[in-house]
Amino acid sequence: MNGGRTAPRRPWIPPLVLFVVMIGVWYAVSYLLLSPDRRFLLPPPHAVVQVGFLDAANRAELLTGLRLSTEVALIGLAVATVVGVALAIVMAQATWIERSLHPYLVILQTIPILALVPLFGFWFGFGFFTRVLVCVLIALFPIVTNTLFGLLSVDQAHHDLFTLQGAGRLARLWKLQLPAALPSIFTGLRISAGLAVIGAVVGDFFFRQGEPGIGALIDLYRGRLQSEQLFAAVALASLLGLAVFLAFGALSRRVTDWHSTQDGGH
Amino acid sequence: MVLAQTIGAALSFSGVGKRYGDGTEALSGIDLTVAPGEFISVIGPSGCGKSTLLRLAAGLTTATQGLVERDARSVGYVFQDPTLLPWRSVQANVELFGELNGLPKAERRRRADEAIALVGLTEFTRRRPHTLSGGMRMRVSLARSLTLEPELLLLDEPFGSLDEITRERLNDELLRMFGARRFAALFVTHSVAEAVFLATRVIVLSPRPGRILAEFHVPFGYPRPGEARFSQEFARIASQVSACLRGPLT
Ligand SMILES: Nc1ncnc2c1ncn2[C@@H]1O[C@H](COP(=O)(O)OP(=O)(O)OP(=O)(O)O)[C@@H](O)[C@H]1O
Ligand SMILES: [Mg+2]
Repeated sequence: MNGGRTAPRRPWIPPLVLFVVMIGVWYAVSYLLLSPDRRFLLPPPHAVVQVGFLDAANRAELLTGLRLSTEVALIGLAVATVVGVALAIVMAQATWIERSLHPYLVILQTIPILALVPLFGFWFGFGFFTRVLVCVLIALFPIVTNTLFGLLSVDQAHHDLFTLQGAGRLARLWKLQLPAALPSIFTGLRISAGLAVIGAVVGDFFFRQGEPGIGALIDLYRGRLQSEQLFAAVALASLLGLAVFLAFGALSRRVTDWHSTQDGGH
Repeated sequence: MVLAQTIGAALSFSGVGKRYGDGTEALSGIDLTVAPGEFISVIGPSGCGKSTLLRLAAGLTTATQGLVERDARSVGYVFQDPTLLPWRSVQANVELFGELNGLPKAERRRRADEAIALVGLTEFTRRRPHTLSGGMRMRVSLARSLTLEPELLLLDEPFGSLDEITRERLNDELLRMFGARRFAALFVTHSVAEAVFLATRVIVLSPRPGRILAEFHVPFGYPRPGEARFSQEFARIASQVSACLRGPLT
């Protein structure tokens, strides 16, 4: 069926095995490869948990940072979604609009937004607004392109159906193009969600004022050689990315359950 | 598209030809008038322009020659594929046309319920298309086209992909609806038996570019009992249509 590949019966087992192996390698490097005075380069997992998460004060600091970064990422993603879908809708109306906007989107995608963070800070201050702005700019492109693709790849036969009923642009958009584009929109959302987390965490490196997010904490711990906390912060940041990715995957499957199995469309 | 009020026909083609942008000549010299209450079957080899004929009738494409005139308050079109919206339930799919035409909610619900009952899918109103069989999807598409009580119904091989039994049942259902509503119908099919059983008139098209080769009148009235399929008269007309379709023996 699927190119000779067999699907395991319990799909969570292989990743779990790999996880155990990686923890094993981690311990091996910590204890066998690194001498005790250099062990701070890779503290063993239990030390990371103990110092980073079980110590109440450290945990509070980490969780506050995580909350701030999550807020920045989610608000940035929400704004990017609204703006991105709106842009795609505008671009879908006429080829000349699409053609005139497209180069600028590509530029937006190719310039390293993170390298511009100091500039944005210079203009808008290093506050919440700028943090969100960075996330929006980083997350925008995949949403626009995927939504546009979805809006434009509606079946001709479905368009004919609406044409026959004399449907206007608005009815076509609401009742045909947007619902048909939902799976593509979610594909974009999933990519952008990961990017928004990167924007929130990495952008944070540059924000020295105000409450520190998880990125600022990572930088702080590195500077102070607090390696257990550093690893705990890195793990949390990774978990945030993973959680966002999984959440959007699940949401997408719920909302577009007709998609993977559809051939009733035509 | 011009209104055909002057001629009292639901649909009329005069000298219609269609050449697509890439130079493909799909139809040529079509003269055809469909009066209200007439059921016309169109039969012809694959690629001879049958779908094109319906698209012209619906105004989805324009003739490159001649004139297409139409006088119908509302046109129903059953495409070759079901073209259901996969994210909508059966009920919502059937209500779509009413929605697009601004019918009040209660009214479009009533019409949808009626149409769904007509095609025998009342138990499945909440299902999504991907959970239905091909035949059921086609029936949903048929129900949808009936909600606006069309004066002209265009059907493009609606039952082409179905098994013989389902097909005959849907033929009977379609005739029952035709008996009740007496719309004008243009019905494309590949099946000689189906063409003759349904129609007041059968039109045979030539290979591309499609021209009208012959016309056969079917002298049975409506309601037309299923047994008519096995009558001698029926067999005689069917064999004539079939012979015409095969063309002169060489
Ligand atoms: N949009 C198009 N552009 C160019 N050529 C087309 C287009 N649509 C149809 N044709 C051509 O016109 C001819 C008639 O097509 P049409 O779909 O009307 O045939 P048909 O009789 O419905 O065939 P079938 O029985 O297989 O459905 C074919 O040769 C087809 O390739
Ligand atoms: Mg066809």
